[in-house]
Amino acid sequence: MGVPKICGIETEYGVVLRGAPDPNPVLASSILINGYVEQRRVGWDFEDESPGRDARGYARDAAVSPDIETHLVNAVLTNGARYYVDHAHPEYSTPECSDALALVVADKAGERILAQSMLAASRVLPEGQEVVVYKNNSDGKGNSYGAHENYLVDRAVPFAVLVRTLLPWLVTRQVFTGAGKVGSENSAGPIDYQISQRADFFEEEVGLETTLKRPIVNTRDEPHADPQKYRRLHVIAGDANLCEVSTFLKVGTTAVVLAMIEDGFMEKDLTLTHPVDALRVVSHDPACQATVELADGGRATAVEVQWEFLRLARKYADEVGLAHCGGDAVGNMVLERWEATLGALEDDPLQLDGQLDWVTKYSLLRAYRERDGLDWDNPKLHLLDLQYHDVRPHRSLYERLVRAGKVERLATEQEVAGATATPPSTTRAYFRGMCLARWPDAVVAANWDSIILDVGSDPLRRIPMMEPTRGSKEHVERLFAACATPAELVARLAS
Amino acid sequence: MPERERKQKPAPRERTQETAEVAAPTEKAEKLKDDIDGLLDEIDSVLEDNAEEFVRNYVQKGGE
Repeated sequence: MGVPKICGIETEYGVVLRGAPDPNPVLASSILINGYVEQRRVGWDFEDESPGRDARGYARDAAVSPDIETHLVNAVLTNGARYYVDHAHPEYSTPECSDALALVVADKAGERILAQSMLAASRVLPEGQEVVVYKNNSDGKGNSYGAHENYLVDRAVPFAVLVRTLLPWLVTRQVFTGAGKVGSENSAGPIDYQISQRADFFEEEVGLETTLKRPIVNTRDEPHADPQKYRRLHVIAGDANLCEVSTFLKVGTTAVVLAMIEDGFMEKDLTLTHPVDALRVVSHDPACQATVELADGGRATAVEVQWEFLRLARKYADEVGLAHCGGDAVGNMVLERWEATLGALEDDPLQLDGQLDWVTKYSLLRAYRERDGLDWDNPKLHLLDLQYHDVRPHRSLYERLVRAGKVERLATEQEVAGATATPPSTTRAYFRGMCLARWPDAVVAANWDSIILDVGSDPLRRIPMMEPTRGSKEHVERLFAACATPAELVARLAS
Repeated sequence: MPERERKQKPAPRERTQETAEVAAPTEKAEKLKDDIDGLLDEIDSVLEDNAEEFVRNYVQKGGE
């Protein structure tokens, strides 16, 4: 039986410290985050973190211990997000959302927070130095950093069943999730322009790694919720998106497909013979015409495989409904947009200029190529590619296109500004964010599934939040209204 | 295997160029071109100096 598709996105931003003699990216990331969280910072609680745990049923000792990170900057924000230094990047994890539209807003709010952080950093940096961040996934020189999605999944579904559908799903959804890239990396062969930033970096079908031998399906098993009931599916095969339509489709369709798996609606086997190769074949073909081999012996384009998924999703919506996929309103919006997008991809992908990142960037590069007669290996095209993802509003080419009215938005700027400070109302992020907003001095630490309060007398009180749907505004608004202090809150929760 | 699967149809860029060649230039098309030219000029003004050096210096550590 399906569970609500609570979801979130964690984005590692590219970062450079310009004008510094020793441009250390860890320092640059710390300056950014400290600059933003200049008031009181609430620490992150690592008690329940175990990134080495594997969904296939075993734990690996050599996995990166969270201890390594504890010395680095790590903040929880009043919007329920986590903002921290991960490896050598600033990383923003959105609060938990219950539908794709809310997650579009939360993800865009992350970009605004990074932009504000750059301003804050500029106030403490010496003259001539600047921290700049990019919402992309590759430096064009073989180094990749991630944009990961997380989805709440029923623990009762065997992991192998998830894997069977996820492999063809993650390979073929690139046609709308890709953020576009000039050239290729990692010895992937010569190519002018490809759909995905990340396809060149995946080498395995299934595995626990995220930095080496990246797998298409990641097996990290850290539910951050009741482990008897839930998994948190950690999707690492995706690009960071700027286009809201891309983010909306990426999350919305994946939520529907996961619900279909849980409820036994994946009646057709879409297994690909060589998923890792297929990932590149699909990414390397902006015409969207290349075919990949299916295990049943046939061949199909990514768009054709997607039509099959959509057909099954329509059936699922008719027979079960989309209550678990962000509700019927958002769920149906996802299906409509999905269908329109596949139709346009089949007809002429360029119709999706202003909707999908890879097409929007491609159209911009194409205009430059025509005007200036540039070859694909011209550095200017690489610069345009990079600067499309610049998060500074005055330098971001994506933002230029938005301001020129060339990009479709699904969120209003007012919603996005609100989401930089206010949590989504429909998940436990609401409880976390409200505790922080109301009693910043009492919150000693917080993480995804608990919060520790100092109520003024020993001991510190840990409030477990193992149910991601609980702690929503509907659940706790009256509780907050009735409590003037954290001590009262703890007392009421205990009674 | 990836090699032989590529480009069974022309890339969208090429297809669009063909379309542009057969279409008679209209006022609307010229207006569109002016818009795009204006946008590219605007983008030129915010592009980083020295593309080659800038791109070369953009080096990240792997993450995740």
